[in-house]
Amino acid sequence: MNQYQRYLSCFIGIVKRELLRFVHQRERFLAALVRPMLWLVVFSAGFRAALGLSIIPPYQTYISYEVYIVPGLIGMIQLFNGMQSSLSMVYDQEMGSMRVLLTAPFSRWYLLLCKLLAGVLVSIMQIATFLLMARVVDIDFAYSGILYALPVILLTGLMLGSLGLLISSVVKQLENFAGVMNFVIFPMFFLSSALYPIWKMRESSDLLARICEFNPFTHAIEAIRFAFYGQFNTLSVAVVLTCTVVFFSVACWSYDPARRFRAGRTASA
Amino acid sequence: MQDSFSATQSEPAALDVNNVAFRYGKKNALTGLSMHISPGELVMILGPNGAGKTTLFSLICGLFSPSTGTISISGHPLLNNRSKALAPLGIVFQSQTLDLDLSVSQNLFYFCELHGIPRKLAKQRIEIALKRMDLHSRADDKVRALNGGHRRRVEIIRSTLHEPSVLLLDEPTVGLDIPTRAELLEYVRDLPETHGCAVLWATHLIDEIRSTDRVALLHDGRKHHDGIAQQLVNENGATDLPELMRMSGLPA
Repeated sequence: MNQYQRYLSCFIGIVKRELLRFVHQRERFLAALVRPMLWLVVFSAGFRAALGLSIIPPYQTYISYEVYIVPGLIGMIQLFNGMQSSLSMVYDQEMGSMRVLLTAPFSRWYLLLCKLLAGVLVSIMQIATFLLMARVVDIDFAYSGILYALPVILLTGLMLGSLGLLISSVVKQLENFAGVMNFVIFPMFFLSSALYPIWKMRESSDLLARICEFNPFTHAIEAIRFAFYGQFNTLSVAVVLTCTVVFFSVACWSYDPARRFRAGRTASA
Repeated sequence: MQDSFSATQSEPAALDVNNVAFRYGKKNALTGLSMHISPGELVMILGPNGAGKTTLFSLICGLFSPSTGTISISGHPLLNNRSKALAPLGIVFQSQTLDLDLSVSQNLFYFCELHGIPRKLAKQRIEIALKRMDLHSRADDKVRALNGGHRRRVEIIRSTLHEPSVLLLDEPTVGLDIPTRAELLEYVRDLPETHGCAVLWATHLIDEIRSTDRVALLHDGRKHHDGIAQQLVNENGATDLPELMRMSGLPA
């Protein structure tokens, strides 16, 4: 095997392991499918009546609430998947299998990038299944935009996966993940344009609307929303790209062996 | 302090640990430790819990970086050439590192892919190693279904699949029954001859050491003795290894 083949072999190995773990953990697999469908079918049925939507870009006509929240639910799948990957990395650290990965003969940043990409591929499979199921329940949105949206979804997946990676380098025990749910996932999700447009949020609180505008998750969703209609939201893509680079760089720095013990890590790596 | 085995030989070292120190916060975990291990050599690292054995192994496999000093594996400095230094290194960690939700063969193939071993060759090596360890019938079983002894065997198989030139084993027999311990130790003792790799075996169990073994005594992060067990005993006027340990202030 030449050097490039070895790099590829390492990447394939990590992706295969992630897929096997995802398929073997049936509860995780089912939860990943049921969660967004529950929001799409049940939550949106109630919310549609309470929320009026105006015509805002990228939409050029009135749309149903179900159509509006599809990009938000795609973001939700990626957000939960990123956190699930993070949880699984903390589990791997506790169980020791992370040491097998980190002692493989490759740069640490490359190993973490492979791990990140593997998580993103798993999330894209979940999204594909979700979109198929959305089709089954007659949600009518721009399916032609999926191809446009795919690179953006890859990018948003990288951003949320990098965030997960970063969290896994800071959180030392599985028990601390309840805090991650309360202080990361919920605020990110609810303080975004996933479930309601920001102008609607502004009607009740200008401050909350501003927080939504600064939330990188809002930009991830808006980038996906615009891409679905063949449009490129430059600001959102730039924010997502910047956040990806920052989160991933800090995560790599945090996983650096020279500073891990300073952060109070033990030999469990 | 005897240091006749430290970095004085001209033969290219399988493992060269040179004046390594490491601190956990304010606590010195290792101080000025040097060790030169030749290809195909077996070295027993003997020391009580907290002596610094696991820290030394974490430094050698690059999980931690030393505060001072250098480590080279097969001539490749770990600090400057991490990938090349780690490639010839096999490791069995003290705690278990298998993926419980994957089968035995899935765990082994995963490792082969991480080390760039072509699929066909990996399959061949895995089959031979599983047969040799009498585990071929368990290849498709999930690791979760294996007992502790079998899991350890799988970890030892995994650590040798890429044919390492240096193999580290960090107290691999802890928690195992006596026959399994003896069996694993015999298997590993044969590896320098069958695989030509240097073996570094950390233990706190004196009965795992033979009088002809090279042994390095570690205590409080320092190396107290390094040499052939029987010679160390004779040179220091002790009757046996436990007495030598007591003389050196180590719990025997």
